[in-house]
Amino acid sequence: MDSASSDRTVPGQHLAPTVARSVKVLVVGAFGVGKTTLIGAVSEIDPLRTEERITTASVGIDPGQPNKETTTVAMDFGRITVTDDIALYLFGTPGQRRFWDLWAGLADGAVGALVMIDTRHLEDSFEVLDQLELRTKIPFAVVVNQFPDSPNYPLERVRAALDLLPETPIVECDARDRQSAVLTLITLVEHAMTFPVFQKVNA
Amino acid sequence: MDTEEYHDHPVRSYVLTSGRAHPSRNTLRPETLVRAVESRPVLSTAGRLERELVQLCRGTLALAEVAAYLQLPVSLVAVMVSDLVDSGNLTIRSNHQAHVLPGKDILEKILDGLRKL
Ligand SMILES: Nc1nc2c(ncn2[C@@H]2O[C@H](COP(=O)(O)OP(=O)(O)OP(=O)(O)O)[C@@H](O)[C@H]2O)c(=O)[nH]1
Ligand SMILES: [Mg+2]
Repeated sequence: MDSASSDRTVPGQHLAPTVARSVKVLVVGAFGVGKTTLIGAVSEIDPLRTEERITTASVGIDPGQPNKETTTVAMDFGRITVTDDIALYLFGTPGQRRFWDLWAGLADGAVGALVMIDTRHLEDSFEVLDQLELRTKIPFAVVVNQFPDSPNYPLERVRAALDLLPETPIVECDARDRQSAVLTLITLVEHAMTFPVFQKVNA
Repeated sequence: MDTEEYHDHPVRSYVLTSGRAHPSRNTLRPETLVRAVESRPVLSTAGRLERELVQLCRGTLALAEVAAYLQLPVSLVAVMVSDLVDSGNLTIRSNHQAHVLPGKDILEKILDGLRKL
C-alpha cells in the first residue's frame, strides 16, 4: 500500500442517510489545467480515483488491421452534499483525444461541465471544446484557471479566442480556493437552468 | 499521482463476474447511490468481493466510490452491483427514474445549497 495515499482509500465516508438523490458535473480540460485541484478544493471527501480499461479505435495506422487499442483511463472525483437529500458529484476526466469516447457515456445525465482553461496554453483547449460541443449537448461553463505566470487577458478576449457563444458563461478562478471553485459551480448550475431540458419539475 | 499503478489482466473482469462482461442494468451510472439491505444475508455462494462490496455499502455510497474503494473499474462494479440488487442485498437509493435529468426544482435546491457553502 502506498502510505502517502492510504488515508484516501479508507472506506466509510458514507453519505448521510437522508441523501436520496445524486447529480453530477463533469470537470474537463487539457492536461495539467487544474481539474484535480478544483475537485479537491470543493469536495467533502478526499478526491477518489477510479481507472477503467477502454478500447478505442486507433486511427488508420494500419488499414489492414482492426484498429483497436486498449488504454487505461483515470477518473478523479469528489462529492459535495449540497442539501439534506442531494449529493453533487464532480467527475474529472482527461482531455486527451483517446478519452473522448468516454465522455458521451459520462455526460449522460450530467447537469453540465466545467471546461477548465489555462491561458498560457489556450490552443490546448480548442479540441476539448470542439469535442464537448460535438459529442454532448450538456451545458458548460468555461473556467479560466489563473496561474502565477498566466498572461492577463481580459475575459472577453479569451471568449473571442475560444469562439464561445454569447450565452456561455466564462469565469476566472483559483482552483485551489474553495469559494472560488464553488462560484464556478454556481455559474454552471445557473446556466443549466436556462436550458429547456431542465425546465420541467420532477418531484 | 501514478497512472501506472493499476495493472489489469485482460480476462480478469470476465472471470470475476462469472462470465458476463456487461452490466445487466444499464440504469447504473457512476453517480448512482447504493446501499446494503441490512436484513438480507449475503448468499453463501457469494465471493469475497461481493461480501466486501456489501460490507462497504452499510451506508450510502455512489457506485464510483465503491469502485474506488475496491480499486476496481466502475464497469465491473456496475455488474456486481446489479447482481446484488437482483439478489436483494443492495438497494438503489437514487436514480429511480433512470435517464431522467434533474428538473428545475432540483437545480434550484442545488443552487441554494451551493450558495450556503
Ligand atoms: N497557482 C496555481 N496553481 C494551480 C492551480 N490549479 C492547479 N494548479 C497546479 O497545477 C498543477 C496541475 O494541477 P492538476 O489539478 O493536477 O491538473 P489536472 O487538470 O488534474 O491534470 P491532469 O489530470 O494531469 O490532466 C498542480 O501542480 C497544481 O498544484 C491554480 O489555480 N493556481
Ligand atoms: Mg488530474
